[in-house]
Amino acid sequence: MRLDKRAGERIDRGKAVSFTFAGWKVTGFEGDTIASAAFAAGKRVFSRSFKYHRPRGLMCCSGHCPNCQMTVDGVPNVRVCTEPIREGTVVEGQNVRWSLDFDFMSMTDKVGAPFTPVGFYYRTFIRPRAAWPLYEKFLRSAAGLGKLDPHAGHSRRYDTEHRHARVLVVGGGWAGRSAALDAAKAGPGVVLVDEDARHADLDLAGVEVLAPARALGIWEGGLVPVDAGTVLYRFRAEKVVVAAGATEQPVVFPGNDLVGVMLPDGVRRLVRDFSIKPGERAVVLGADDETLAIAGELEEIGTEIVKVVDLRESRPRELVAEGGKGRVRRLVLDGERYSCDLLVAAGGRQPAYSLLAQAGARVEYDEALGVFVPTELPDGVEAVGAVTGEGLTKIAPEPAYPGKGKCFVCVCEDVTTKDMKRAIGEGFDSIELAKRYTTTTMGPCQGKLCHLASIRVYAQQNRMYESAIGTTTARPPWAPVELGLLAGRELTPARRGSIHWRHEEAGATIQWAGPWKRPYAYGEKPEDEVRAVHEALGVIDVSTLGKLLVEGPDAVALLERLYPNRFGDMKRGRIRYGVLTSDGGRIMDDGTIARLTDDLFYVTTTSTGADAVTAWFEWWNAVWGYDAEIVNVTGALAAVNLAGPRSREALGRLVDDPDDVSADAFKYLDAKHLDVAGVPTLALRIGFVGELGYELHFPSPAGEHLWDALVAGGARPFGLEPQRVLRLEKGHVIVGQDTDSESNLYSSGMSWLPKMDKDDFVGKFALEHFAQRDEKEKLVGFTMEANVLPAEGAQIVIEGLPAGRVTSARRSEAVGEVIGLAWVPTDRSEPGTRVEIVVDRQRRGAKITHGAFYDPSGERMRS
Amino acid sequence: MSFLLACPFCGPRPVDEYAYFGEVTQRPTGSPSLRELTDYVYFRDNVAGVQREWWQHRTGCGEWFLAERDTRTNEVLEVILPDPKRPV
Repeated sequence: MRLDKRAGERIDRGKAVSFTFAGWKVTGFEGDTIASAAFAAGKRVFSRSFKYHRPRGLMCCSGHCPNCQMTVDGVPNVRVCTEPIREGTVVEGQNVRWSLDFDFMSMTDKVGAPFTPVGFYYRTFIRPRAAWPLYEKFLRSAAGLGKLDPHAGHSRRYDTEHRHARVLVVGGGWAGRSAALDAAKAGPGVVLVDEDARHADLDLAGVEVLAPARALGIWEGGLVPVDAGTVLYRFRAEKVVVAAGATEQPVVFPGNDLVGVMLPDGVRRLVRDFSIKPGERAVVLGADDETLAIAGELEEIGTEIVKVVDLRESRPRELVAEGGKGRVRRLVLDGERYSCDLLVAAGGRQPAYSLLAQAGARVEYDEALGVFVPTELPDGVEAVGAVTGEGLTKIAPEPAYPGKGKCFVCVCEDVTTKDMKRAIGEGFDSIELAKRYTTTTMGPCQGKLCHLASIRVYAQQNRMYESAIGTTTARPPWAPVELGLLAGRELTPARRGSIHWRHEEAGATIQWAGPWKRPYAYGEKPEDEVRAVHEALGVIDVSTLGKLLVEGPDAVALLERLYPNRFGDMKRGRIRYGVLTSDGGRIMDDGTIARLTDDLFYVTTTSTGADAVTAWFEWWNAVWGYDAEIVNVTGALAAVNLAGPRSREALGRLVDDPDDVSADAFKYLDAKHLDVAGVPTLALRIGFVGELGYELHFPSPAGEHLWDALVAGGARPFGLEPQRVLRLEKGHVIVGQDTDSESNLYSSGMSWLPKMDKDDFVGKFALEHFAQRDEKEKLVGFTMEANVLPAEGAQIVIEGLPAGRVTSARRSEAVGEVIGLAWVPTDRSEPGTRVEIVVDRQRRGAKITHGAFYDPSGERMRS
Repeated sequence: MSFLLACPFCGPRPVDEYAYFGEVTQRPTGSPSLRELTDYVYFRDNVAGVQREWWQHRTGCGEWFLAERDTRTNEVLEVILPDPKRPV
C-alpha cells in the first residue's frame, strides 16, 4: 500500500527494518513507526477493545487514542503509532484470547449485550457472597489491559534530572514556536517540549527543544515534570507557556469504532509522513472545511472519494457505519448506502486544556465555538494558540447520530450512548458521578477524545446547556506514565571514609551502615578479630562517627540544656558519655562529650545520627539564641579506635614521649592532644569495646598514614561485626538497635544519667513524669540455656504469651555463652528470671542477667 | 508540596532543599502537668491559614529560619531570621 516516493516523507527507503508483528514478520523503513510499517504491510487490526473485544484499527495516529496499544518487547500499552521501529522488536496484541483477528472474548460483543450494560459488575457480582472468589477469578482475568511479567528483570534504567527554565513552552505547533522565539529574544533559558518525535529536529534560535517529551502536569512553584522516555526532567520554570493546541474530536454515530474509521489527522500522517495509501474508497464526514479538505488530499493519491457528507448542511436521521469482521464496509446515510473501506470523520477540535485546568485555570463552555476553553489562568502560566480557542470555528455536529448498532462515546472504555442514557436514567445526575459510573473519559486517552462528546450527550439527554454542566476535574498526569519513570534511580551517594580503600585492599567484606560503606569483617572469622582485641591489639575505623565542635561563651549552657548530663563541672581534658533525649523523653542519640577548653567541646554522635544531631543542635541554638557555634567536622576528621591490652604500649611507640600515655598521665575518660606517628591527634580514652583503648581523631587526609602505622605496630584491623560482639559482651547499648522511639533513660537502665536538679534540659519535663511511674518494659541482658542463637527481633514468650523481643544476640567466646539484650516486662526483668525465646519456631530457655557479661566491674578498660 | 521558599541567605529555592520542622510551638516552663506536656509534645494547631513555622535550608546553607506561610495556598508571606537577643 506504499505510494511512490513523495516529497516530505519521513521514511528512508534505503534502510529496511524488520520486526515481528503479532507473529508475522513485517518489514518497514527507517523512519516508520511500528503502526505505519504494519499498516503498509496490510495489517489493519491493532488491538481489541476493553469490554467488547471489538477489533480496533488506527484512528488518531497521534498517540492519543487507545486503538494501537500493544505490548512491545514485553512492555505493555505502548502506542505503536508513535513508537519508532527497531530491528528485531517483538510486537504483540493485548486483551486478546487467541489472536488479534480472532478473539475468543469477542463473544461479549455478540451474545453478551444484555450482560454488559453499564454498572453490570457493581450490581451483579455482589451476590451470592460466597460466589465472589469464583467471580473474582474470572473478572481478574478479563479485566485490565496488557500484562506485566512479574518475573521480568530490569528492562530499562530511569533517571530524574532537575532543570531550571526561564520560560518553558509546552507544545511545538506554530503558537508554541513563536512564543518560544519571542521569549528567546529576551535571553537564554527557553525550553520547548513536544510529545511528537517529529519535532526533535526543530531548529529555533536560542531555544532548547526536547522531543519526544511530554509535560505531565503543572504544579505550584512552576514545577513541570517532563516525561522524556527514560529521563524525567523536573523543570522549575519561572513562566510556563502552554501551547497544547486542540485535539480532533470523533463524531458519535453507530459503528464509529469500526476498523477503517479514522480521524483526518491520522490519515494525513499516514499519507504525508509515511507515503501510505490509507484506503481505496473513502467517505469523508465532517462539519468544517479543515476536515472536508482531506477529500482533496486523498483524491490526489488515487483514493476514490465515494461521498462527502457536510454535517453543517444536512441533519441526517440515520448515519451508520456498517462493517464485516469488524472493518468498515459502507456508510448508510438516510437509507442510502455508500460502499467504502475508509471513513474519515471529525467533529472539529477541542482545545487541549487539561494541563491548564489542573494548574488551576477555570474551564468554561464557549457558546460561540461550541467547545470548552480555559479562562482565568494561574500566576506564571500563559496559554497561546488553539488551546485558548484561537483560530477555531464553530462546529456543532449532533451530540450523537441515530441508527442501529453500538454508538461509542468513549472508545477507551467501550462506553456507548446507551450506557450514558442508562446512567442518567438511574439518577447519576452530575457529570462527575456519571463519569465514575460509566467510566467514560477514564481510559488511556484520559478524555482527550471523549470528554466533549460525553458532555454533549449528557446535555442532550438532560435537556441542559453544556455551560450548565461544566467539565469533570482535570488531574495530572496529562498522559500515562511508566511507574519506573516516577520511581527513578536512587542517586544517594555512598559515603566512604578516608581509610576506606585500605579496608578494600585488606579484603574486608564491605556493608552499608546508614549512608556509609563500612567493613563488616576482614576475614571469614569475626571471632578471631574479637579474640585479638581481648588478648592483644585491634584497630577499627570509626571515621563515620558524627563529630561536632561546640564553641563559645554559651557552649556549656547550650550543652547542659541539650543533654540530661551536667558539663559545667567538667575539667578540661575530661570526657563524659551523654545521651540526647527529646522533649517527649525518648532516647534520640548517644555519644561522648570532651571538654577541650572552657569554651570548646568536642562532641561525637552515632554514625547514622550525625546529620540529625547537627540539625537538632543548630535548631535549639536558634530557638534559645545562645552565643555558641556548632561546626560539623564529621568529614574533616578521621577516627580509629585502638583497643586491647597492648594498646597503651603500641600507642606509646608512636608518640614522642611514651610517658604521655602512661596509666597516670592518660587516665580513663581523659582527652588529650598527641602527635601520633607525626599526625596531630585528639586522643580520647574511652572503651566502647570493653578493653583498654584509645579513640584517635585526626585530619582525614592522614587517614591511611596513621592506619598503616598502627597496623605496622601490630594492631589487627577489626570490622563492625566483631565490634558488635565486643560491645554486646559489655552490655553497651546501640541507640536505634537496642532502643526504639519508645525507649527512655529509665526503661533502658540509665536512670543514673539525667541530672534532674538542673533547671532545664530537653526531655526533663517528661523524665519528671516517667520517674513517678513504673515502666512497663525494661531493657535487660539474657543468656541462652542452650547453644542456639535467636534472631534479632525474636519473640520472648512468658507463660505461652508473647511478652517481649530480642534486640541483639551473639555467640560470645569470651563469655562462653549466647548472650543478648532484650525488652521484657518489668516484673520479669529481675536477674535470674527464666523466660523463653522463640528460636527457629521452637521455644528455648533463657535467663535474664544484668547485661554486663564481660568484665562487669570495668577493670580492663580502666586499667 | 512543590512551592518555592526564599532562604534569607540564598533566595528562592525549591522546597525540596529545605527541612520542615513544623509550626512554632510554645515550650512550657516550670513543671508542666502531663496534660500540658502532652499538648506541647504531640499536639499541633494545624491551622488552615497563616502560621509561623520552622524551616532549615538543609541541603543549602544550613540556616534555620522562621517562615510565615499560608497553609491553604503555600504562599510564603515572610521569612525571618531568629533574633539571638529574643529567643523564640
